Amino acid sequence: MGNSVLEIRNLKKGFDGNGVLDGISLAMGDGEVVVVVGPSGCGKSTLLRCVNGLETPDSGEILLDGAPIGGMDMVQVRRQIGMVFQSYDLFPHMDVLGNLSLGPVKALKRPKAQVEAEAVEALGRVGLADKLHALPRQLSGGQKQRVALVRAMLMQPRLLLLDEITAALDPEMVREVLNVVLDLARDGRTMLIVTHEMRFAEAVADRVLFLEHGRIVEEGQPAEFFHHPRTERARAFLDTFEFDTVKKT
Amino acid sequence: MRDLAVLFKGNNPARLLGGLGVTLKLSLVSVALSVALGLAVGVLMTLKNPVIRAVMRLWLETVRIVPQLVLLFLVYFGMAKAFNLQMSGETAAVIVFTFWGAGEMGDLVRGAITSIPRHQSDSGAALGLTRGQVWRFVLLPQAGRRLVPQAINLATRMIKTTSLVMLIGVVEVLKVGSQIIDAARYDAPQGAVWVYGAVFLLYFLACWPISLLARHLEKRWAC
Amino acid sequence: MDTGFMVKFLPMYLRAAGLTLRLGAAGIALSLVVGALCCMARHFRVPVLDRLAGIYIELARNTPLLVQLFFLYFGLPKVGIKLDAETCAVAGLTFLGGAYMAESLRSGLESVDRVQQESGLCVGLTPMQNLRYVILPQGLATAIPSIGANVIFLIKETSVFSAVALADLMYVAKDLIGMYYKTDEALLMLTLAYLTLLLPISIAFTLLERRLRHAGFGGAV
Repeated sequence: MGNSVLEIRNLKKGFDGNGVLDGISLAMGDGEVVVVVGPSGCGKSTLLRCVNGLETPDSGEILLDGAPIGGMDMVQVRRQIGMVFQSYDLFPHMDVLGNLSLGPVKALKRPKAQVEAEAVEALGRVGLADKLHALPRQLSGGQKQRVALVRAMLMQPRLLLLDEITAALDPEMVREVLNVVLDLARDGRTMLIVTHEMRFAEAVADRVLFLEHGRIVEEGQPAEFFHHPRTERARAFLDTFEFDTVKKT
Repeated sequence: MRDLAVLFKGNNPARLLGGLGVTLKLSLVSVALSVALGLAVGVLMTLKNPVIRAVMRLWLETVRIVPQLVLLFLVYFGMAKAFNLQMSGETAAVIVFTFWGAGEMGDLVRGAITSIPRHQSDSGAALGLTRGQVWRFVLLPQAGRRLVPQAINLATRMIKTTSLVMLIGVVEVLKVGSQIIDAARYDAPQGAVWVYGAVFLLYFLACWPISLLARHLEKRWAC
Repeated sequence: MDTGFMVKFLPMYLRAAGLTLRLGAAGIALSLVVGALCCMARHFRVPVLDRLAGIYIELARNTPLLVQLFFLYFGLPKVGIKLDAETCAVAGLTFLGGAYMAESLRSGLESVDRVQQESGLCVGLTPMQNLRYVILPQGLATAIPSIGANVIFLIKETSVFSAVALADLMYVAKDLIGMYYKTDEALLMLTLAYLTLLLPISIAFTLLERRLRHAGFGGAV
């Protein structure tokens, strides 16, 4: 437990009497990529939102680098944890450069020129160098999500949370966004990812968590989980992504 | 075509523009006060306290239902008698317009703030910005962009409504027009068409560019 | 508070309110007609009328009713067009109201989803039928709140009719204040009169809006 970047102990959270998270425990090491899959509405988003303090747990503990975040100033916590959402949440009234530099300049108080130089470089690495001064409404969904990823990364977070970031995208744009995430994984970023993209999950994950009704039903290596799931529930879930070919006579 | 000349005779043009100046001055002062007061009202309207919200709501509905001219009468005739003071038409006008403007501005402010999607707030927070920074860099700029075109629209309506103050004795551009026509009654009997036509045009020139600006800003800032 | 005074002059107020309602209703009805015509001209991009409608709307929306009335009542007679006070009032109100109604109807029509507009055609309706059964019902429903606001606005605007010598509510109030110095009573009755006229209309439109929303129109449907 000594080297965990993130540790969650018996996390419970409910809304209006409904238990959404029912005792989640998890430990993530440096550079590890954990993917959470499961049916809709089973608390995956809530889990991520509890980690960066957008929701407060009912009980249980969350530790970042060994320190419990419960007592800490959540603003400080969020400066170490990056999060990208499903719905494009770039700030519409700022151009791309403005979006990218707001966090580092205002929250981290870093010098503007330096931040902007880094932003230009990071934008180039995801292939959007020419969009530096574009407004969000001029970008496609895939481009917006790539910018959102760069924005989160420029804060140099210890941990990155990705909440179904391709779910609202047209299919042809999903790949360009996932490619960026794969690059981040290769760079050794610690990431907790919620996704519906099973093939991607298999490619990027070091570990897979299957969440249903607020509980971790199965946990394992991607190769095992996707091809030889141990539990009936996991099998049923994975089956929903398969189609039997319809033979024509 | 006869009597068109009366428009340009003597210092008539200067008087007409002077009248327009009175109109614009009244509107400007009222708008400024309305914006200042309206911002406070708007923020108050977003608070959870039901009593405050009810009072604000009542204020808004009152200014919406009661005609501005009635409000002008109430203040000019009513308050003057009640407090036994001689109030000028201009003072009454500023009071009424500010009362009206602040109520409407308050509602616009409330609408602008509540129209920003919840996620924007979360995005800002997720970046590690403090609550104050989220307000300053994310929420207020967006609220402002929704608000300004509508506020400009309100200003245009105020300029038009200042025409009413001639009925409580303020000498603004329409009243000046009447005076000119009266004076030229025998020399230029057909002057009325031209003079009132000119007043019509002056009001149009005062309002139209501003409403175009509002429309332009709305399009440019559409989020 | 001299209630005897108020009772004595109540009939005057009632007559004045009647005048306001009568002229107001006429103006509003004509405004809807003018507004609909302008809206159609612009929607179907009829060559010259489209432009004219556009200019008219800009002129009417950027000038006050009082100025328009003065022009009609004091100005036109000098070039031979003599209209009585009531006609001027209704004409002025229509001139002003037509522009606002045109804008309300336009935004209502535009709010009807493109897909909706084309679905009707795909089912085999003619453009005219499509307009009548698919687009107009939805467009009108969306326009109702805006139209309601216009109605209230126009009735409030009738308060300037006194400036062209019509015995409306403002005229009566000013008269009584001038003649009998019963300021409080006159103003109270004036305010009550307008509240009585406008509150029911306001509430009626709010209810109508709500009913239409439940029927599935005018919203995020």
